[in-house]
Amino acid sequence: MRLLLHQFRSEQKQFWRSRELAFFTFLLPVVFFLILASAYGDEDIEGEDGYLYLLAGMIGYGAAATAFAGLALLLVNRREAGLLKRLRATPLPGTTYIVAVLGSIVFVFFLQAVALIVLARLAFDVALPDEQLSLVLALALGAAAFAALGIGLTAFIRSAEGSSAVVNAIYLPLAFISGSFFSADAFPQVLRAIAEVLPLVHFIRLVRDVMVFSEGIWEHPTDVAIIAAWGVAGAVVALRGFRWEPRER
Amino acid sequence: MNAIEVRELRKSYDGVEALRGISFAIGAGEVFGLLGPNGAGKTTTVEILEGYRQPDAGEVGVLGRDPREAGAGWRERIGVVPQSAELFPNLTVKEHLELFAGYYAEPRASAEILALIGLEEKAAARGRTLSGGQRRRLDLGIALVGDPELLFLDEPTTGFDPGARRAAWETIRSLRSLGKTILLTTHYIEEAQRLSDRVAVLRQGEIVASGTPSELTAAAPASRISFRRNGEEVVIETEEPTRVLHELTEEAMRAGVELEALEVHRPTLEEVYLSLTDEADE
Repeated sequence: MRLLLHQFRSEQKQFWRSRELAFFTFLLPVVFFLILASAYGDEDIEGEDGYLYLLAGMIGYGAAATAFAGLALLLVNRREAGLLKRLRATPLPGTTYIVAVLGSIVFVFFLQAVALIVLARLAFDVALPDEQLSLVLALALGAAAFAALGIGLTAFIRSAEGSSAVVNAIYLPLAFISGSFFSADAFPQVLRAIAEVLPLVHFIRLVRDVMVFSEGIWEHPTDVAIIAAWGVAGAVVALRGFRWEPRER
Repeated sequence: MNAIEVRELRKSYDGVEALRGISFAIGAGEVFGLLGPNGAGKTTTVEILEGYRQPDAGEVGVLGRDPREAGAGWRERIGVVPQSAELFPNLTVKEHLELFAGYYAEPRASAEILALIGLEEKAAARGRTLSGGQRRRLDLGIALVGDPELLFLDEPTTGFDPGARRAAWETIRSLRSLGKTILLTTHYIEEAQRLSDRVAVLRQGEIVASGTPSELTAAAPASRISFRRNGEEVVIETEEPTRVLHELTEEAMRAGVELEALEVHRPTLEEVYLSLTDEADE
């Protein structure tokens, strides 16, 4: 436990000092929300309040950008730099390390969700959610699933140079077809069918239902099950394919 | 008990034999130099001993344990300077030492390590801003922070300028006087000669010579005596330099001439090494 905290603190320090990570994973969703909400938040989207619609979409985009993309990039870069290998020569247990890194990125995601909700309240007068327990559970479920997928993804990335191309090519289109930035209603049927299979659309829907309609997450077992299934799949791949040593050398 | 024992160690990568059955032992408190050209199998050997790689055949004991099975308690006792590993770009020198110190039960104070590696003035500098030599010194500091009894140094001074190399040698010597066991790999002959109690020369996955640096040079080809006579260089190779020199000087004294540019040349470890590793190219 002492070791976990020790590593967590160092991870937090490193995250906020890294301009790339702090900007692309923490700040960018917040900035996007401000821009999009100013542009068309006052209109209804899919029959819902535009601000709330976008708030849920941005929390979803944040989960993909932080827990999925950010975590995958962080781990691949450290693996290829030989840093994970170096840690393996110390008495630090591998699981302690992974839990600390994962905990640190999930913590960032929670800060981001809180920042988005507070910002929506201050700037656009969006009501604070009443189903707080359900919201926290939904965010935790999404963060855990995307983090597991992020660690699993590292098994398929062979170099640090190519890592951001691969990661961006996955999570940005995913965010678009899942309706993070605007309604996906106008998208072709095929794209929407693909989105329905993937976890992000269900996560955004879950967050939206909890925040807009004050429903509990147990009222949406299908969404919960699909997100959880993706999380389990990610965890299985992560357990089998995660490597501590550089792939390139 | 020996700190490291290796018997008939073999390892192949994709059918290419990187190690062809090497054996050696390193006593506690000894500095052992593994010398060889690039690709000879030095890093493969070290990485097996550190527990990163599984040998194909042979026995390996490091501090009495099989490195592949040994756990955190064993890693408390070893320190590793990898051949190439980067630093955390956003942590300072001091934060690196404190981070790694946290992994060990009884770490050394980071101030002590900073003094040992001579980076006190850079304590607050971030990893990404350090020069190559400074990074390498911090690598050594990270390996030392757990106060290990056994230290693996994989080419610790590659890429150093001569001044930095000498400074690093001083540090490594001071570690030896603290009683640490050190396995050093290098392709610099002078480094192996100056630092090691014993040296093994590795060539294409085989140990082609081993012993103390002076044993290696003693087993080498003859000494060379050279001088100039009537403007022509004369070179005599001999196993008995004392007798030959005596005869030469006696003769010159009697004739009343000077042996110009008289030199007695003993083979250096470098020449021994080159004669051993040259055969590889033939």
